[in-house]
Amino acid sequence: MSRFVLSDAAIDGVAQKRTLDDDAAGACVIFEGWVRDHNDGRQVRRLDYQAYAPLACSEGEAIMTEAVSRFELRGARAIHRTGSLEIGDLAVWVGVSADHRDAAYAASRWIIDEIKQRVPIWKNEHYANGESGWLHPDNSPVDPGLGPPR
Amino acid sequence: MKYRLLYFASLADRAGCAEEDIQSAAVDAATLYDEVRASHELQMTRERLRVAVNGHFVDWNHRLKEGDEIAFLPPVSGG
Repeated sequence: MSRFVLSDAAIDGVAQKRTLDDDAAGACVIFEGWVRDHNDGRQVRRLDYQAYAPLACSEGEAIMTEAVSRFELRGARAIHRTGSLEIGDLAVWVGVSADHRDAAYAASRWIIDEIKQRVPIWKNEHYANGESGWLHPDNSPVDPGLGPPR
Repeated sequence: MKYRLLYFASLADRAGCAEEDIQSAAVDAATLYDEVRASHELQMTRERLRVAVNGHFVDWNHRLKEGDEIAFLPPVSGG
């Protein structure tokens, strides 16, 4: 089974967690990234995620494979949404299981950081005033002309 | 040669399309991007982008083949 998946439908975290089950695991860490209603001082109404699917899946899979060997994980899975999301929606779900908590915490953090840096997925924020804009990895706007007054 | 080009996010907005088929004399990814950057009046310089050919990241000096699918990727913002 793929360890990294893109989904255009809502993510079921409870169902995903079962994929991490392993009798040898003593720790499980779940990270959920949610759509928040603000960014960089602006009120956000919703988000669109666009992905270059073939490359996103292969790059995401490479991250998960590396995480399993680097942190000696028992289970690892990540799902990233595409399409249109509302405030509060689950945008990305990362779950890992390991023998001990140190590895699980470290792997969870490492995986989400790598996804944000390497996987070809882009976030387009739609603002309360009707404008929208693509974001950089640090959540700053691609087009500074659309940014908040500074 | 004939190439299929893919644009994403801000680059697609600037180009006015997500994909297009073009004829070009460019034989490497860098030259091809410089060409379409001029024709579409794209602002992003090559240094800020990554490029993929047929679904795999490549270097900008990657030699292109007839029919290649080339994707120009702005800085990502998933998560």
